[in-house]
Amino acid sequence: MKKLFRPGKFESLMFNGFNAVFMILLMVVTLYPFINTLAVSFNESQDTLRGGIYLLPRAFTLKNYVAIFSGGTLVNAFFISVARTVLSTILNIFLTAMLAYALSRTEYVFRKFITTVFVLTMYFHAGLIPVFFLMKGLGLINNFMVYIIPTLISAFNLIVIRTYIRTIPESMIESAKMDGAGEFRIFIQIIFPLCRPVLATIALFVAVGAWNTWFDTFLYCSSKQELSTLQYELMRILYTAYAQGGSAALGSGGLAADQAARMVSPMSIQAAITIIASVPILFVYPFLQKHFVVGLNVGSVKE
Amino acid sequence: MAGFSSNQKLIKSRNIITLDVLKKQKQLIFMSAPLLVYIIIFAYAPMWGWIMSFQDYKPAKSFFDQQWVGFKHFEFLFTDPVFFNVLRNTICMSIINLVFSFVSAIGLALLLNEIKNIFFKRTVQIISYLPHFLSWIIVTGIVANVLSTQGIINEVLMKMGLLTEPVTWLSEEKYFWGIVGVSHVWKEVGWNTIIYLAAMSAIDPCLYEAANIDGANRYQKMWHITLPGIKSTFIILLIMNIGWLMNAGFEIQYLLGNGLVIDYSQTIDIFVLKYGIGMGRFSFATAAGVFKSVVSITLLLLANAVAKRVGEERII
Repeated sequence: MKKLFRPGKFESLMFNGFNAVFMILLMVVTLYPFINTLAVSFNESQDTLRGGIYLLPRAFTLKNYVAIFSGGTLVNAFFISVARTVLSTILNIFLTAMLAYALSRTEYVFRKFITTVFVLTMYFHAGLIPVFFLMKGLGLINNFMVYIIPTLISAFNLIVIRTYIRTIPESMIESAKMDGAGEFRIFIQIIFPLCRPVLATIALFVAVGAWNTWFDTFLYCSSKQELSTLQYELMRILYTAYAQGGSAALGSGGLAADQAARMVSPMSIQAAITIIASVPILFVYPFLQKHFVVGLNVGSVKE
Repeated sequence: MAGFSSNQKLIKSRNIITLDVLKKQKQLIFMSAPLLVYIIIFAYAPMWGWIMSFQDYKPAKSFFDQQWVGFKHFEFLFTDPVFFNVLRNTICMSIINLVFSFVSAIGLALLLNEIKNIFFKRTVQIISYLPHFLSWIIVTGIVANVLSTQGIINEVLMKMGLLTEPVTWLSEEKYFWGIVGVSHVWKEVGWNTIIYLAAMSAIDPCLYEAANIDGANRYQKMWHITLPGIKSTFIILLIMNIGWLMNAGFEIQYLLGNGLVIDYSQTIDIFVLKYGIGMGRFSFATAAGVFKSVVSITLLLLANAVAKRVGEERII
């Protein structure tokens, strides 16, 4: 292409201008729904139904949150969510790292076999019904452990950690062995502390995953209210509000929260739960984004 | 890419299993064997459940008392018009998501790559990654709010004079696939740019300098340097995604779908859930699940073979 003007100064300026405007629009489109939800969650419920809430609440109130926390259901769900997230993250990280260490030992005879068995699980799934029967057979239905046990190890994280362990100088392990340390002791005292950066990253991703899931509650624990999680409660509220068709259902029918929530419309409850459910994520987000680079490298790690 | 060089030297050091070796590696075996048993129980053992699809499975009976019915459930499946719809929805939504997400991610990565102000670029990136970490519940809640009759989309379109009355977006069959596609883009576009931006940052800056000397403009540099630079990343991701064609997602369709759009919103996973867990037709639902797995595995192996043929890295 031949240039009409002097070497594209004006054109370059135009491009940068449009690009900046586009990026600002992108940020607005990403952030607006949050800010709007936040505003709705702090707005008087009846007032919200009149519409027209954008960035700030019109009639400020804490009632929506009070309604959520006064009904025992959602408080309990909150604690179940926290418990499952903490427990499964700790166990997941410890066991995955331990296995990753064993599989990183080049002299280990079953290394290849065990790695293959795990890697294949990334591509093959038995399917919903057979897994459901397995859980039933193991007595995990309506059992808190169903949140922990099935997700103890992820093959993907295993490979990531193993790859990281391989970068640790062999001489450190050799010298520990010379001093008479066993494999388990080497893992606990040398490998685990040295892997802290990668483990921190994976822990955050595992925690976010555990916090966000609702499907296992839905499938395995839906008949036991004490085991309900926050995401599942949010899903129930959403589903009853929207399943009947578009936005038609703003009535209070089928609300998951207790009677205390009756005075508050599902829309306000939904907004408030959305905020409660995303606050922990927003809280760990600054820590997460420091480690994105790791997440990006893992995309290229394969066996 | 990173793992490959180290693999090479591992392959050479083949070990022979002897009692002596086993004794010496006792601790490593203790550390890994229980987890091997664990994964076999939780990932491999359920595959025996596929047998259910060839039976009329009744939970009350023992395995040996079940009635064998051969391919009856598969025949049912392929003559069921609902399943045909479900299959169409799954594949179409997969393809729409695939196209939307690739185009948007590459486009955004190209534009981000042109921003010279580091602080501005970082800000945009951090904000655009955020929705990736939110659950689909939260995202569908947001989507439902935004698209409601009082939602911001209707309001903006009406103020602009494009609509005279609000559209009930979520009750119209023709919009459903598009809504799912756009929601995926909203949630994942920022996150999906990461890998492309990484590939772009690996492009040799000399190429751009040479192009500058030759008088290439911005678009020519994008077209002839940046895009070819991310080509191999693109191909690997595309091939991997083809293996996932039968996974159109579950959560968003389940949560946003309603009676009015059910012919267009149900995917295979919802079908399995509804017939299996919901109606107790375990064998029939398992047959649908088996069909899905078999197609997925076939697609994956095909994609893998294609990757080998075109000289890219294999994915398995």
